Amino acid sequence: MTVTAPPQAETDPHYKVGDVAGYTEVSYDAKVKLFEQVKGDLRFGDYLYGCYECGICVGACPSAKFYDFSPRRIAQAAVREDVELIYQQMQEDIWECSQCFSCLRCPRGNNPGGIITIMREVAVRNGLASAKEALVGYSRIIYKIMSTGTQVSPDMLGRDAFPDWGPETADVADNLDLWRRALPPETMHTTSTGWSVADRTLVELYLIWFETGALDMIAQVDPSLHSILQELMEDRLEEEGIEP
Amino acid sequence: MTIPIGVPVDARRLLNATAEPVVDRRSLEDPRAEVLELERQGELIVQKIDGEAISVATRYGREKRIQKAHLWHHKSCGQCGHIPGYSTSIFWIMRKLGYDYHDPHDQTSCTAWNYYASATSNTAAQAAVAVRNFAAAYETGYFPLIHCGTSYGHYKEVREQLIRHPELRAQVRAIMTKLGKPLVLPEEIVHYSEWVHALRHEIAAKQVRDVSGIVVTVHPACHYHKIVSGDAIYDPDIYGGQRTAVVTGLAEALGAEVRSYSTWFDCCGFGFRHILVQRDFTRSFATLRKIEVMKEEASPDVVLTHDTGCVTTLDKSQFAARAHGHNAGLAVLSDAQFAALAMGAHPYRVCQLHWHSADYRPLLEKMGIDWEKAWAEFQSDLRRLESGEKRYLDWDDADGVHDGERPAARGTDTTIEVRDAL
Repeated sequence: MTVTAPPQAETDPHYKVGDVAGYTEVSYDAKVKLFEQVKGDLRFGDYLYGCYECGICVGACPSAKFYDFSPRRIAQAAVREDVELIYQQMQEDIWECSQCFSCLRCPRGNNPGGIITIMREVAVRNGLASAKEALVGYSRIIYKIMSTGTQVSPDMLGRDAFPDWGPETADVADNLDLWRRALPPETMHTTSTGWSVADRTLVELYLIWFETGALDMIAQVDPSLHSILQELMEDRLEEEGIEP
Repeated sequence: MTIPIGVPVDARRLLNATAEPVVDRRSLEDPRAEVLELERQGELIVQKIDGEAISVATRYGREKRIQKAHLWHHKSCGQCGHIPGYSTSIFWIMRKLGYDYHDPHDQTSCTAWNYYASATSNTAAQAAVAVRNFAAAYETGYFPLIHCGTSYGHYKEVREQLIRHPELRAQVRAIMTKLGKPLVLPEEIVHYSEWVHALRHEIAAKQVRDVSGIVVTVHPACHYHKIVSGDAIYDPDIYGGQRTAVVTGLAEALGAEVRSYSTWFDCCGFGFRHILVQRDFTRSFATLRKIEVMKEEASPDVVLTHDTGCVTTLDKSQFAARAHGHNAGLAVLSDAQFAALAMGAHPYRVCQLHWHSADYRPLLEKMGIDWEKAWAEFQSDLRRLESGEKRYLDWDDADGVHDGERPAARGTDTTIEVRDAL
């Protein structure tokens, strides 16, 4: 069908337009293209069945208790295919979600958290400002998981990294190597990874990142990190005689 | 692919009712039967449960079998990295009960913590990571046991996606072929807390510490009982079958008093990205909606939970809350750590409680554990490492062999040569 819907911002004074929220407004067609990517995800049909507007998902949602956030609005916008609101949500709301999936209580069978996972993925793939902003300070985690195969490492518990976790965390930092060597499992004598991952296992992981386009996604939100990861992985795969 | 925009989902389904029937596919009725059918069709390989198993009931009544021994430990990055006593307690219990296992190097994280936090991945990558790990387990002959609640929930999502979408299976199969591995799924996806639950009476039979005076609150992990919820363990004798039975079943089997509280369904506040880069939310939710409510309504000695993020969040969030005068200050342990302590495990050598932040010492005292003596013993161990007498402590050290104590009955941690796949 031909899309002719006018921007709601022109008719609804309470609508939060992109400029107000601090994000660059884009054309309606650009918003349609983003939603097409959301809707084209193979999981979309599994996650959305309609909406009773009962609000059970909101009642169960932890983020709704602390933020101006509602999983019901996510489901409703997706059901109505309201591309204006969906774009706004992709720029403002989706990164507040806790991804706990409490909203799976939905009596209609929706998975608002899963829809948000898809929307976030599209936001990253398209380099939306919200994705870049949400991932500020997160680069080290992405580097760690993609390059070492484990996400959080003992050496992340630095003296200054988690001051709100109390003085015990500083004790861990001060005794890290010694305390790791005191762990009975042989796999856990590591400080830069959660456990010792075999070298061949990492090669297999790198190949997965290349083959699935996961590595390319990083380029949209953090080009520098992408360059570092790409060089690291290409060098390692080359050593194995593998053409990614 | 052209997708019509502007036709609401329900209206589209009504228009195409014959071609697109509306089926609530949140939870497959029997994922085991589905994967076995796909195996029959030659689509994938199913790693079968082998040897002695215990049957337990899932949410809607389907029986799930839990293999007792010969298990491949799919470790948790958060547990191993920041709360290692969680992992060591699981291993220790298995050794104490005499069941063999494999602790692999050929394992990556499920990478789902990052995926739920940053979305810097995609369906095919997540499925390929999961299947690569399952294939690594399959190659050893050991059956996978998933330590992390998020890995467990995410792998169940991946299993559903692979069952429903042939195009995803084809994509993952092609990647696995490049890795020299088969497309394989286990007959059941099993969380360690399900193994603990299934074996809770064997654990209780080895109990040496009385916990009848201990009041427990339970936080059920979201990614355990909310994602693909039909596959989680429920028991009509525990909460009338209205909440998952794991953790509570263990605490009751050990003789502890489990008390309920009003916000039991709430998440812990982990948030995936929030715990790392938006911690004000995590701290606030964990203390205001969980810890304070538990303390006010149930006065527990300890909160038990069964996932990486939950232990981390509930334990680490209390310091800042106490600094602001909130009613925090409650020991947080995993079910495995609590079970290990009840079985006589050393609080530092095995349960590694010095990695925790919330004060656990009052709990230990109530359990009859002299934590000052135990800490002195652990310090003695550390001096042996510092002096160069030993490079690493091992399971004999954990069992106090060098203190002249009698070594505990042990299972085995087998090192396996996995064939070169590439």
